[in-house]
Amino acid sequence: MLAAIFMYVKVFCVGGLICLIGELIEIKTKITPARILVIFLMVGAILGGFGIYNYLVEWAGAGATLPITGFGNALARGAIEGATSNGLFGAIGGGLMATSAGVAVSIGLSYIVSFFVKSKTKKS
Amino acid sequence: MSDNIERNEEYLMYVEKQTPKTGWFNSLFHAFLVGGMICCMAQMFGDIIKAYNPTMDILRVGSWSSIIIITITILLTGFGVFDRIAKFGGAGTFIPISGFANSIASCAIEFKNEGLVFGIGAKMFYVAGPVLVNGVAYSIIVGLVYTLIQLF
Repeated sequence: MLAAIFMYVKVFCVGGLICLIGELIEIKTKITPARILVIFLMVGAILGGFGIYNYLVEWAGAGATLPITGFGNALARGAIEGATSNGLFGAIGGGLMATSAGVAVSIGLSYIVSFFVKSKTKKS
Repeated sequence: MSDNIERNEEYLMYVEKQTPKTGWFNSLFHAFLVGGMICCMAQMFGDIIKAYNPTMDILRVGSWSSIIIITITILLTGFGVFDRIAKFGGAGTFIPISGFANSIASCAIEFKNEGLVFGIGAKMFYVAGPVLVNGVAYSIIVGLVYTLIQLF
């Protein structure tokens, strides 16, 4: 029981800290959110490529996988796993394969939702 | 010309003065709180999935909990609730995967009027496109480097 609570504390702290760093960058340097996302993605992909990020994922679970750094890590990890099991084909496609479900749900559901919701901001 | 620049600077200072300051300590705290809470929710969904399917691969459990967060985010965006959370949470909402999902959904809704192909189809990825393009490019680089390392 205590271990489960401690796990949630770890998840909260790691996930919160990653977001806090993003907020700090946004406030101090006025870099736009899209650029911050790409920077974080790159950091995650580099750390994932060297296999460092996996330790953080093991330690903090969703606190490490849910931020966009975790997305970068999943891409890199998928590419490495593809390369070991499927050679060159896996190296090219592995990253997308590992993250495909999340991306597909985002695109598909957004497409469906956009049919049912009226856009408020643009009224020409 | 110089007059123009001066006026621009004046205007920028005016904008700086008029934008509401929420105090950077406060917004940092909000980002920490919201980001941590979203991650805890994902962990909770993961634990529930794991309780029902003990044999499931841990990576797949992670993917499923991300998918649940993405689904909730897009539905909240559709109902117009997510904007309020995003205003409060700042980076706490756009750094987790919810930001990625929200950017796709909100762009799809916003550019709906411009048609299916060039409205929703093209502008859906206005914010998420750079992330996807960069991510796929990095993953290919990592994969190719790893294949090369394996050769030697």
